[in-house]
Amino acid sequence: MARKQECIAMLLAGGQGSRLGILTKNIAKPAVPYGGKYRIIDFPLSNCVNSGISTVGVLTQYQPLELNDYIGNGQAWDLDRANGGVHILSPYQQIKGTEWYKGTANAIYQNINFIDRYDPEYVVILSGDHIYKMDYNKMLEYHKEKGAACTIAMLEVSWEEASRFGLMILNDDNSIREFEEKPKNPRSNKASMGVYVFTWSKLRQYLIDDENDPNSSNDFGKNVIPKMHADGEKMFAYLFDGYWKDVGTIDSLWEANLDLLNPKVDLDLSDTSWRIYAKTPASPPHYISEKAKVQNSMISEGSRVYGDVDYSILFNDVTIEEGAEVKYSIIMPGTVIKKGAVVQYAMVAENAVIEEGAIVGLSPEDCSNRDDWGVAVVGAGVTVHEGTAVAPKSQVSEDVVKEAK
Amino acid sequence: MTGKNIVGIVFSNAYDECVSELTGIRTMGSVPFACRYRLIDFALSNMVNSGIEKVGVLTKSNYQSLMDHVGTGKPWDLSRKNDGLFILPPFSTNETGGNRDKLASLKGSMGFISRSDEEYVLLTDCNTVINLDIEALMDYHTEKNADMTIVYKNGKMPNLTDVIVLDLDEDNKAEKVSISPVTDGDVNFSLNVILMKKALLERLINEAISLNYKDFESDIIQRNIDNLKVYGYEAKGYSAVIESLQSYFNVNMELLNPENCDDLFNRERPVYTKVRDDMPAIYGLGSKVKNSLIADGCIIEGTVENSILFRGVRVEKGAVVKNSIVMQDVFVAQNATLNCVVADKSVVITPNKTLSGAKNYPVYIGKEIVI
Repeated sequence: MARKQECIAMLLAGGQGSRLGILTKNIAKPAVPYGGKYRIIDFPLSNCVNSGISTVGVLTQYQPLELNDYIGNGQAWDLDRANGGVHILSPYQQIKGTEWYKGTANAIYQNINFIDRYDPEYVVILSGDHIYKMDYNKMLEYHKEKGAACTIAMLEVSWEEASRFGLMILNDDNSIREFEEKPKNPRSNKASMGVYVFTWSKLRQYLIDDENDPNSSNDFGKNVIPKMHADGEKMFAYLFDGYWKDVGTIDSLWEANLDLLNPKVDLDLSDTSWRIYAKTPASPPHYISEKAKVQNSMISEGSRVYGDVDYSILFNDVTIEEGAEVKYSIIMPGTVIKKGAVVQYAMVAENAVIEEGAIVGLSPEDCSNRDDWGVAVVGAGVTVHEGTAVAPKSQVSEDVVKEAK
Repeated sequence: MTGKNIVGIVFSNAYDECVSELTGIRTMGSVPFACRYRLIDFALSNMVNSGIEKVGVLTKSNYQSLMDHVGTGKPWDLSRKNDGLFILPPFSTNETGGNRDKLASLKGSMGFISRSDEEYVLLTDCNTVINLDIEALMDYHTEKNADMTIVYKNGKMPNLTDVIVLDLDEDNKAEKVSISPVTDGDVNFSLNVILMKKALLERLINEAISLNYKDFESDIIQRNIDNLKVYGYEAKGYSAVIESLQSYFNVNMELLNPENCDDLFNRERPVYTKVRDDMPAIYGLGSKVKNSLIADGCIIEGTVENSILFRGVRVEKGAVVKNSIVMQDVFVAQNATLNCVVADKSVVITPNKTLSGAKNYPVYIGKEIVI
């Protein structure tokens, strides 16, 4: 029997992230690289450890190979513990048959046994979709203080954006009066961040009831939380103010990366009191050559820069050859940008090769029709051959070759 | 893998006195090197990359920083249920003085050595920077049917005491061994990576103890040259021996040549070190960086040329760092200038200060000093 834990975390990492297109062709969304050396999942995992939560169940389903491999025994996050630590929870065979995780609530339901082993008072439910630094322990204290059954972290967003989010309308004491899911005309700008604290005894019962309800789609947002609210359970919103970004789309992932280069953005990864941990590859320091020009960029270990890099993020072991130009782009591990190639407003996935003189992406100013503009994406392992171009807003997952004349 | 049959022995304090500036507070093995490493990383990585699973690290003094660095051996995958990393603190302190009595520390560690089941033992110092394929060395040793194989480099002899210099025949068998001879020409000098059967090492040490010998180089190697088949194995690719602060400076700078860097940080045989979870380096608007090696965690807003920046270095706007080695968490404030400086960990250079050495005489600034 495991030792009792006051609070454990369950991280929903099974989503495909289909809006990330070819970036999630072979990997689950939480394993998508971010910020020069991280993957999205490093943020919730590091937040857990920094908040003093040392038992984390990671629920995987879609393309789990790379994610499982990445998490390993959790050592990189100091989650290789004798008691607790990180556990990968995949769907498993049961006596009544095998079931995939049907929805977020069902995924937790199927792992009630795992949670019960630690006999926790509280469970934090997280997802692997967001970039943010947050002290879950403060939220837990708030949850206890309010004597809530469920506390939902919320963030004030701009009114223009509000209709993209699940919103909450609050009473004066910050208890939740009403939910609104992506309304056309928002009545609130208080958006849910997808971070929940539940009192486990309550949630446990609701999950069982939800499972027994044949009409339920077994989803937290759609079923469990509205049901709790309808039953009059004490539900509170916890105000978070800090950087938080959903990186569910190509554009938002690109923006969130470039946010790291903006000193006005409140996301400081150099803060040693709240480190974001990641698995670090054994690469030597990066090298900037005599002729290279690097401005306003972030560069990781093992990279070699001989060309021009402006407003970009280079992951580990990237090579930028002489005369190559990289602007407003994210270049993932092991990729080579050869002589004279131009990569702008683009994301290039791992181990791709941009051959001499090839062109990837376009600046919005050079785009005759602004609607045609968007971030260009080159998939993992793809070669963009000499003299070819990858149009803005397009995604290529096969080698780009010159068309035969 | 051949390494499974070898136990590794690392002398973490060998030649400490040669770089006394840097080893005043640490061992040779824990001297910071090349932006993110400590010198012992090369010895440990070479060993584990060839499959060695048991390594004893011999210590003598000032080894707190070393223990801090190697910890349980996890970064080298040497934190094992069976075997793995063993720190061997000085067994007895009443041995003769001097900074590097190898024989005495080996004597003190005989227990560890004789309890090992491995057939071979590989001895190595920490002041040699090399990425060595020990499997190839083992094959060579077997092929030559050697009793002892010493890795050597051909070139100008390092300015150190007790350097083993080999006279080799055309088969690379050592005919004569001299210890730090006076010479200006190129010689085959030992990089102090030595492979032999464990039983042989035990026998040689026991003999030396019974005859009250004191010196590893002359009493164990030189004295036995006619009785044993001692072979030289030439180190190809980049390697360097650190013999002084000046050479420490030069060797770091040599890595600014990408060819040397590629050789030393061979992608097939990576060099492992303790990680620090810094963010990638940030280059601010207006930063000018040329011909430099930069580690994670640096924030650069000023000018950096021909320099080696360790993790977490800050170079503020208007600050200039040239031809310098700047260790972790050093802060170079606005409009300060460093030229030909070796700044130890956490040094602070306050605004508008200028410090300049010469390429053949770098200035050293001690750990945590505020200027």
